[in-house]
This record gives sequence, structure tokens and C-alpha cells, in this order.
Amino acid sequence: MLEVAEPRAVGGRAPDVFREGKWVPMRTYDDNEEVDFAIVGTGAGGGTLACKLAEAGFSVVAFEAGPFWRPLEDFVSDERDQGGLYWTDDRITGGADPIELGSNNSGRGVGGSTVHYTMIALRWRPEWFKAKSRLGYGRDWPISFDELEPYYEQAEEALKISGPIDYPWSRRRKRYPYRAHPVNAAGLVLARGCEAIGVKWSPLPLATLSAPRGMAHPCVYRGFCAYGCSTNAKQSVLVTFIPRALKAGAEVRDLAMVGRIEMGKDGKATGLTYHRGGQWRHQKAKHVVVAGYAIETPRLLLNSKCSQFPQGLANENGLVGTHLMIHSGPGVWGMMDEEVRCYKAPPCMAVTEHWNYDDSGKDFHGGYAFMSQGPLPVGWAQAQAINRGMWGMTLRQEMTRYNHIAGLRIVGETEPQRHNRVEVADERDQYGLPIPRVTFSYSENDRKLMEHSKGSMRAVLEGAGAKELWVDDDTSHLMGGCRMGDDPEDSVVNRDGRSWSIPNLWVCDGSLFPTSGGVNPSLTIQALALRIGDRIKAMAAKGEL
Amino acid sequence: MSEFRTPYLTYDVLDKRDTPSWNDQTREAVRQRLEEVPKRRFLTADQWSLLEAICARLMPQPEREEPVPIVPWIDDMLHRNEGPGYRYADMPPIREAWRQGLDAIAAEARNRHGKCFEELPPIEQDALLTDVQHNRVESRYWRDLPAGGFFLHQLLKQVVGVYYSHPAAWSEIGFGGPASPRGYARLGFDERDPWEAKEYDFEADDA
Repeated sequence: MLEVAEPRAVGGRAPDVFREGKWVPMRTYDDNEEVDFAIVGTGAGGGTLACKLAEAGFSVVAFEAGPFWRPLEDFVSDERDQGGLYWTDDRITGGADPIELGSNNSGRGVGGSTVHYTMIALRWRPEWFKAKSRLGYGRDWPISFDELEPYYEQAEEALKISGPIDYPWSRRRKRYPYRAHPVNAAGLVLARGCEAIGVKWSPLPLATLSAPRGMAHPCVYRGFCAYGCSTNAKQSVLVTFIPRALKAGAEVRDLAMVGRIEMGKDGKATGLTYHRGGQWRHQKAKHVVVAGYAIETPRLLLNSKCSQFPQGLANENGLVGTHLMIHSGPGVWGMMDEEVRCYKAPPCMAVTEHWNYDDSGKDFHGGYAFMSQGPLPVGWAQAQAINRGMWGMTLRQEMTRYNHIAGLRIVGETEPQRHNRVEVADERDQYGLPIPRVTFSYSENDRKLMEHSKGSMRAVLEGAGAKELWVDDDTSHLMGGCRMGDDPEDSVVNRDGRSWSIPNLWVCDGSLFPTSGGVNPSLTIQALALRIGDRIKAMAAKGEL
Repeated sequence: MSEFRTPYLTYDVLDKRDTPSWNDQTREAVRQRLEEVPKRRFLTADQWSLLEAICARLMPQPEREEPVPIVPWIDDMLHRNEGPGYRYADMPPIREAWRQGLDAIAAEARNRHGKCFEELPPIEQDALLTDVQHNRVESRYWRDLPAGGFFLHQLLKQVVGVYYSHPAAWSEIGFGGPASPRGYARLGFDERDPWEAKEYDFEADDA
């Protein structure tokens, strides 16, 4: 099992992710030195922001509960052995539709969930940022697509996204930095089916290299992307923004679990209490940024309650942890006459966003995209067992048809609902911290969207010639819980991720999302982080920090 | 269905162990899985033997003299108290769930047949497991544990997960297996790299 027992980023150096056994120099800060920014989390939000702030000249320490991976040496080509990539501390999940956590949506380690993500790099539909006023449902974000567009572009450049010359949806003015990958057979099933029923499809823009970059060579199509990339083709935060952050003078503290944000008498945060190397320590900071994703971020704010802030930090209006969203993910599967061998290449290589952009004939609000799929044997067998109740010789025999399966799965928008939320339970974890309790139930609209999508996927698969179709259920991603807004009564933080009530406390991760959209969230999280970094720099220049 | 048949007649994923499809860390991880099968540390001897009998139904391997070991890895997971990172609100923590669930299956067998589960003929074992899967159980044995939820999300999920982590299982389904650093070159329909499994066409042969 993938395990790292001791912190690696110590003594003024950090692992060199590009060279086996080598190190890069790392600036280190004393606990008592008041750094400009202490950032909790090093994923799409925290890792990206750490880089941006360090490059702007701020002193930055980024805390990560998990290890500092060395992908070339640590990562095994195996589903079971890579379990260490996921957040597996205790969490309770309930509600009418309890969310599967762990490997499904929660990373642990420097780079966060981008270490195991499937690299799908999609921009939002521009109107979604003003969903309420433009499309008549959900909420408006405090920022617009136009405001975020330059940062989408920055993120795509930083990750050297491989994409098609003409991606048919959203808005993009330039070509993707790297050429598109060839589409695997699993993706060609989607393509063939879409063409048969007359809807557009596209190769997916992906954060994995289609040409060399520095010391990383192009993707070799090994197909274990969801279990960590052992060749560094995947442009995770671990191999992109983190090396840049270190070079710019940031310190990354691995295996450092933050338990509490400390508050001063003046109502401002003074730093963090964190557990590393077997003891609790305290880091002083001028500003604290929480970037632990949609469960750990609200959990830390709630667990930091004190006499001044008895409901937890930034929670005067009781909204911390509420309006948690996921992406619904029903899938449709079938058998192809041809060999598909979906284990080869990134699991998702082709997409249709038709139902994100064409709202005609919908009996629901919102949208969904669907992608071709590439499950590996353990995941596939467990899906057969759990979704179809299949076991015994029936299952063993069915599994011998693995090389002929093809499937589609949606990334489906869900509504922000107040009762879908993160709270803290009485039970405590290995650090003695109250564990999170997550509650989730689909809305009526969410269910209508899922039903509609099953019909669309069925039509595409049948159009592609798949037989013996069956349907399963899954989910992906987490969003919301500390939503941004323009009204202090109706949001946790403002448009820059800054707390309304504690001026030196910030949030920078997927929990900012007021609505979920119908595409994978990572690129939007990274664009938000880049924008927040620029905003902080601008505010500092004007003396507004 | 009792006879198992695979179209990958001669493919053995382990033949690739010393090729560029495997790197050192993967060789080591798979070696441990094959050679360092853990001893019993968590389950009682009775629970272990019951779970062996259940695995023989959930993932039968009648054609193998040495079946792929499943129970030792479940015991190992329980010994290390290694959860998946979440627990359904209606489920006790994993160790309690497994103790309670296995003991309840044992009690169901004794109650229905006056015998222990291991002594039942396969057809009655299957019938009992099917009832557990569909919550047709005596609540006094299960108390607060949802039988169907335990069956699907713990028992079956783990048994299947352990089995399909084994190279023998990869070989019988024609999975490419470990693929770093070499990966794959041929990605299209009916395209196969020389180091991938060749599928035998029974239908063409029968015709």
C-alpha cells in the first residue's frame, strides 16, 4: 500500500517530482515568523494560489494533510495499491442520497484531488455565471464569465492543455497550447453514436501532455490516471503549480493536518494550529486561506469556533457548510461487437456538451455533459456487483466480456439546496477533531435531469451499435459549502473569496461555487484561484489588505 | 451456470513482469500480493471459515486447485481498520459491521437449517445469500445492521475487489494489467498491441 510515514519537505528541501531521489531547495519559515499567507490545502485551489501569491512576492506556507508524493517512484500501476491517494479519514455520509466519498471525490496529498483526477479541463457555459438572470434558475455568481476568462486562459496555459482546434462549446479565443490526443475506441463509440443521432461531439481537452514538456514526456496511454500518473504526463498541481511555488519561495508542509484557525482579540485570525511530526504546533500568519475542498473547508471553519465566534468562523448567517453540491452521474453501458479495451488511454477522451447548451425540450433546469468511460477491472467488477446485484459464476463469466464494454456517464448539474450540507459530528478522528457529517438528497429537478440524461445516453449508445444496455448510478465532484456572493446575508465570502466578517480569512477552492454547472470543476477552481491571487496582489498594492 | 470459460486461453499477465510494461514499484507490489498473503489477525476462526464458504459462492473458483485468496486480505483490511473514507449514516464502523454481519449470516443458517453455513449444499447457501442481499432476514440477528446494505457495500464489494486485484483475474478477463512505463500505442476499435491479450472467438470455432 502506498504509504509515506514521515514528512519529506523538511530541512530546507522538498522532493523533486521530476527526478528520482533528488530534491529541490525550499525556503522554510519558523512557526513564530508571521508569514503573509498560511494556506490550508495544496490542491486545485490552494496549490494554485500558493504559486500565484509566492510569485507575487508574498511569504507563503501551504499546509497539506497528506504526503508529498514522488510520482516516478511512489506510484504503482495498480488499482488496489494506490488507495493512499484518497482522503480516507472517517466521515459520515447520510441523507436520502448519501454521497460516496473517499476515492470518488476526495484526494489527500500535495496536489490534492488533481493527483487522481481524470484531467478533464472544460470551461463553463458563459451564461451559467448568471444562471438566475440569464437562464431563470439557480443563482447568479458574483463574477461573470468575462471576468474569469483571462484566468481560464492562464490555467490552460499553465497546464499545457491538449485540446482540439475547434472545441464546439463555451468560448475560447486562442488554440489550446498542445494538440489533441488521438481518441481511443471507448471515445469513438461516443463519437459514432453522436453522429448517428445528429448531435455534436468533441475530443476532450485534457490536462495530460500530447508533446514533451520540460522533463516530462507525453502521455503513454497507460490508463491508470485515476490512480495517479507515474510518468508525470498528467499536469496535476503536484507537477505544475507546486514546483513553481517552491521556486518562488513558498514552503509546503506535508503530513501537516490543520486542526484550528486561531483568532485574536481584535477579531482577526492570528494563525493556525496544526499537527505534524507527532505534535501540535502553531504557525503565525497575517492571512489564512482555507482551501481544503467542500468538506474539509467548512469542517475547519466550524471546528475553529471560539467564544467570539460560537457558531464557527465566517458563519454569522449560518451558511457555512450549506448548499453542498455534487455532480449527478448516472451511466449507460452496453456491449460492442468490436473489441474496445477501454483500459487504454485516459478514461474519458470524448464528450458531448449538447445538453449543456441546447435547452430545448427539457422538462428541468440545468445541463449535463457526458463522456466516454474507461473503468479498470476492480472498479468495473464492483460496479457490476453493486449496481446489478451480480455475483457468483454469473459475475465471473460476465467479466470475461470486459474488453467489449462501452459506457457513457454524465456530469450532471445539481441544485444548491440549503439542507444539503456539511456539519461536524460528536465523534472524533485520530487527531481528536470532530469528524464531518455530510447530508445529501437530490431535488425533484435533479431527478428529472438524470432521467432525461439516461434517454440521451441510451440513444447515443444504441446509435453506436451497443447492445444489452443497462444503467447504473454514480456521482462525482464536490462543490459549494462556502459560497461566494455580493450579499453578506446570503453568502459566506465575497467575490474575492474573502470572509465578510473576518477580513484576513479567505476561502479558495470548490466550496466557493454558488451553483455546480454541468462540467468538471477543476479548471474553474484553478481559474478562480488565479483570479483571487491577482485580486490579493492588487489589493495589497492599494493598501486594502 | 457452473462451467467457467474464458476467451483468453493462453494469456498470462505475469508474462509481462520483466518487460517495459512493469516498473520496479509495481513488480514489488504484485510480488507482495502473490507471496505475502497475510495470516489471520482480526476475524475469529469461525468467522474466517464462514467467510471462506461465502467467498466460494460469491466468487467461485472450482477449476483452481489453489483459489485466489480473498479472506486473508479482508481480514488484513479489518485488522488495519482501513475504511474507504466514509461510512453510511445507518452503518456501524467497518469492524463492527463485519463482525455483526458475519455472525448474523451464521445465525440465519442455523435458524433455517439447524446447520452451520459451511455445511449447507451450495444451492441453499446461494438461496440464503440471496435473501440477505434482498433484506429477507430475521431482524433479531441483524439488529441495527441493514442486511442488504452490508451485503452489497461491504461483503460483495470487498470480495469482488480483492479477486479482481489478482493477476489471475486480470488474465482471465484479458486486461492489460500494469502498463508503466510502456503504456499502449494502438487505441482504436479491434486494435491490439503485441503485448495485449488475444481473444479467442468461440463462436467462429463452433461454426
